[in-house]
Amino acid sequence: MTPFSQTTGSAVANPYLIQPATIVEKIREADDIGTYRLQFVDEQVRRAYRFAPGQFNMVYLFGVGEVAISIVSDPEEPEFLDHTIRAVGRVTKAIAQLQPGDALGIRGPFGRGWPLEAIRGKDIVIVTGGLGCAPVVGAIEYIFRRRSQYGAVKILHGVKTPHDLLFRERFDAWRRQPDTEVLLTSDQPDKTWHYHVGVVTELFEQVAVDPARTVALMCGPEIMMRLGAPILIGRGIPATSIYVSLERHMECGIGLCGHCQMGPYFLCKDGPVMRYDRVAQWLGRAGV
Amino acid sequence: MNSDARGALLLADLQRLLDALGAKGYRIVGPRVRDGAVVWETVERTADLPIGWRDVQEPGRYRLERSGEDRLFGVVHGPQSLKPFSFAPREPLLTIERSKKSLTAVPTMPKSEKVAVLGARPCDVAGLVMQDRIFLRDAYADPYYQARRNGLFVIAVNCTRALSTCFCASMGSGPQAKAGFDLALTELDTVFLIEAGSPEGREILSALEVKPASQTHIETAESRIGSCAMSQTRRLDTSELPGALYEAQEHARWDDVAARCLACANCTMVCPTCFCHTVEETPDLTGQRAEHARSWDSCFTQEHGYIHGKNIRPTIKDRYRMWLTHKLASWIDQFGTSGCVGCGRCITWCPVGIDLTEELPALLKHSTRTKQKPGHA
Repeated sequence: MTPFSQTTGSAVANPYLIQPATIVEKIREADDIGTYRLQFVDEQVRRAYRFAPGQFNMVYLFGVGEVAISIVSDPEEPEFLDHTIRAVGRVTKAIAQLQPGDALGIRGPFGRGWPLEAIRGKDIVIVTGGLGCAPVVGAIEYIFRRRSQYGAVKILHGVKTPHDLLFRERFDAWRRQPDTEVLLTSDQPDKTWHYHVGVVTELFEQVAVDPARTVALMCGPEIMMRLGAPILIGRGIPATSIYVSLERHMECGIGLCGHCQMGPYFLCKDGPVMRYDRVAQWLGRAGV
Repeated sequence: MNSDARGALLLADLQRLLDALGAKGYRIVGPRVRDGAVVWETVERTADLPIGWRDVQEPGRYRLERSGEDRLFGVVHGPQSLKPFSFAPREPLLTIERSKKSLTAVPTMPKSEKVAVLGARPCDVAGLVMQDRIFLRDAYADPYYQARRNGLFVIAVNCTRALSTCFCASMGSGPQAKAGFDLALTELDTVFLIEAGSPEGREILSALEVKPASQTHIETAESRIGSCAMSQTRRLDTSELPGALYEAQEHARWDDVAARCLACANCTMVCPTCFCHTVEETPDLTGQRAEHARSWDSCFTQEHGYIHGKNIRPTIKDRYRMWLTHKLASWIDQFGTSGCVGCGRCITWCPVGIDLTEELPALLKHSTRTKQKPGHA
């Protein structure tokens, strides 16, 4: 993926250059989660910027640093870039203090997203857990904008508690799409919860799939993919038809800083979306 | 290489090479004795070189001693490879200024300096070629590395003496430099055999107007380099890599080496090919201006595998396994060749003398944990 045009004094593209952006909207998703709608300050940068669903940006806060965040917004509208961020680390906690009008920086987009062109015509099963649904939201929107080009769509989403269910209106809207099922589950339900109770892999039993024409897109806690993918394979979906979006410490976004390695892969440039059969042997291992 | 491209430079005339490089605007850097080791420092006269010294290296031990000879390049190497010249230990990337509601980032490109490194060993030249591959020939060319690399002129010195820790012969990266240098010298008894490896090197060589090398010079050099290769006692058998090391991820030997490893990161700092780095943001006292810089990082640090609230590689075992698996196995998948050039620095500079040429064969031996069969002890 070519980055937007950036030049240094020496006229060599500088992948480290941070472009200023403004928070145009902040949407509260939960106590510690917000969606930040960003817009590049420089109009030329704004116009040249394109991304694919599943790619990420390095989001920068002055005086604090950068963090890799997937882009959740629609790739058809690259003017505004949505990033859903949970305040868990040094940078994300500082970002949580910001308000509309405040400045952030962006480098990107980086990495390889979901293979949406290659899986045209297929039935799609999307399996997500918690905030892990964020990197796949753009892919779902992409598919529904081209609804006739894809087969049946099944969205299976699991949360720990009903309180953790983000993008509620989006799930409701997706449910209304033709030939689409949306199944939700919560580990710990409350009185308001009228969906399934349990872990997301239990939802597999509630959907009928034609394994030969099905592609699975998975994103969430690593354990969900580690345990979930073999179940899908058990249902007859080939390992080569399962894609997972993975997360590691990332500082450069271009495969140079070395932190995001998983086996032979740099997840920032070979991923974050990886075909399951390529990473299966590394996913199951502690300390790798 | 035909013999016209090689010349014989009298040992006593090495200063002429320094002068020729100086005339081209190069600052010459070579090995100099400092605090009991050699380090790269500016060299103006040949007398600045560690003449009459040699290094003795063993696992966890480095000593300089008098050699009783007056060889100019009797010391094989110090802790530094060529890496710091192009991949700076600390490199400011951007200066970022905060304005009212925005910010401006300006790249801080390194000043282009012409540096000629005299005395690079073939293993280090191979390390530089590897770093070029990593930083310049991927999806992005790193502009900071490129700026430093552009000004670098490499004078290799082929090895005619091996350390106990050397194993370049088994890695195919020495003791003779094959590519990646501008000039290469082989120190014989009265002359250097000198050859050019780049257009810039040829230009300097022709300016020196050296005599053609004699057949005896060429044969002596080949013979001494050959003997140096033969004399290496350590070797690494990489024929089963990367697969065998991937399969050995649960081997009991990892626990054994982890019990010795201090996770001090020395091995990664002295390694000619290790490229991990971390980016840090340093605001100044006004809070309006920040420097965004990268520094060498190591997979042995706590922070290397940190991700929101958890550490992917919490134990020293995880980190040693990461390092060795990357260096010797996944590097092959990533870059088409081993990440090890056989310089032996990670053995010498390890405070507890962990030796990867011992660890790898132990790891590739039948694992006592995973492949144990019933009835076997």
